Amino acid sequence: MTPVDAERTVSLTVNGVPREATVPVRRLLSDALRHDLGLTGTHVGCEHGVCGACTVLVDGAPVRSCLVLAVQVDGRSVRTVEGLARDDGRGGQLLHPVQEAFRECHALQCGFCTPGFLMTIAAGLEARDAAEEISEEEVDDMVGGNLCRCTGYANIKKAVRHAAAAMREDAR
Amino acid sequence: MKPAPFRYADPGTLDEALEVLSAEGEGAKVLAGGQSLLPLLSMRLAAPAVLVDINRVPGLDTIEATGDGVRVGALVRHGALLGGGPDADAAARVQPLLARATAHVAHPAIRNRGTTVGSIAHADPSGEMTSVLALTGGSVAVATPSGTSEIPWADFFVGPLETSLPAAAVVTSAFFPALPPRAGTAFAEIARRRGDYAVCGAGVVVTLDDDRRVSAARAAYISVGLVPEVHDLTEAVAGQPADAADWSAAAALARGKVDPDADLHAGAGYRRHLVGVLTGRTLPAAAAEAVSRSAA
Ligand SMILES: Cc1cc2nc3c(=O)[nH]c(=O)nc-3n(C[C@H](O)[C@H](O)[C@H](O)COP(=O)(O)OP(=O)(O)OC[C@H]3O[C@@H](n4cnc5c(N)ncnc54)[C@H](O)[C@@H]3O)c2cc1C
Repeated sequence: MTPVDAERTVSLTVNGVPREATVPVRRLLSDALRHDLGLTGTHVGCEHGVCGACTVLVDGAPVRSCLVLAVQVDGRSVRTVEGLARDDGRGGQLLHPVQEAFRECHALQCGFCTPGFLMTIAAGLEARDAAEEISEEEVDDMVGGNLCRCTGYANIKKAVRHAAAAMREDAR
Repeated sequence: MKPAPFRYADPGTLDEALEVLSAEGEGAKVLAGGQSLLPLLSMRLAAPAVLVDINRVPGLDTIEATGDGVRVGALVRHGALLGGGPDADAAARVQPLLARATAHVAHPAIRNRGTTVGSIAHADPSGEMTSVLALTGGSVAVATPSGTSEIPWADFFVGPLETSLPAAAVVTSAFFPALPPRAGTAFAEIARRRGDYAVCGAGVVVTLDDDRRVSAARAAYISVGLVPEVHDLTEAVAGQPADAADWSAAAALARGKVDPDADLHAGAGYRRHLVGVLTGRTLPAAAAEAVSRSAA
């Protein structure tokens, strides 16, 4: 008979590091990342999938971490905003082109929604052919599922185009 | 808020899933993409005792397109129907409404997990795919501990968020019949933001005769009415040439047929107005597609 559990131990890879946590099965992935694994970069906004602040990548694809149970990512690989920057090989870190673009274009103000935007846009840009010029429609589709209540979308969209252009340069 | 405590099973076969569902009775709920169920749990609008996660059940993630239609397995994500893969492309040729409507379902991050079949099982009158199932004359395949059956759409939808599905049951697939020859489709909606639930949406199918005159025009609307409904608009345009039919008469007919509700986002009158606008936009587009498919 299939076990019906109230608690489970979950093993997953987060930003390349193997992690494990024993959680009640109702634990949302967002809460598991923040409370059980101490990764508070993932923000929790509406907790019903509307705001997008908690977006993380599961096996490379963006998902709302508040709409996934922690037990559902057993054996999977999760990437959070803490995993966007790369080591620069000199003891420091190199920001992801999307992070760089957000700084450059003033695409954040209070910063609460930023991790979700960064993960959604990073996944969107990494999934497309960097050599192609990005269309307005692609930009809208990338940012349309996330809510920002202060900076507004003009600068966020500018950052998407900026990051796409930087990634295009890199692809040459 | 967080979901109330529940217990969780992720069976590895359909039989085991049905076994757990029948052992746990009324308190058990199927978990597919979780993109509607988890919000309900977090808002404490539902508090099932057990979630039966079907994501590990093999064989449910296929899109099968044949001459008869497209069968979409219970674990096919919205995103998978949007194209890219050979199966999705074949599906779009057999029944173009599928991908066309799916493009309006939520945002990419939600489309990565949410399923077409889950949308249908959820039976939200604001969901696109319930109306597409109705408009295409589709059905769902249902597995229960006592066997399997195919339920036509009209017998499946009972009310908002309510279906005729028995407690211990899994919808294993949804079937969307093929678009007939000399027919074309179109889909359009008005939403407050790209990817949001529609304030109003419309899907239409226009069928032509051998002389490229309209022989049938049917429409189904999103966020209008409590259950999906197919409206026959043929009488307004029957026998008229595909490129010069009186589509505004069909739009007026549609406005008279629907019975929309008011909510936070729109009053009933505005929704009725949108039904007319979207009908007027989609019918000529569908007719044009029917003409080009007739030529091919
Ligand atoms: C922010 C946001 C925006 C959205 N926008 C849209 C939109 O514009 N249009 C739209 O249509 N949807 C929208 N959705 C909902 C989304 O499409 C869901 O994916 C879909 O409604 C449910 O599919 P699911 O696989 O996630 O089902 P789940 O959430 O897992 O389940 C939903 C219900 O269906 C039942 N169920 C699911 N699968 C089965 C099955 N195989 N057999 C038996 N019962 C089953 C469950 O028990 C539950 O009651 C949105 C969701 C969010 C969070």
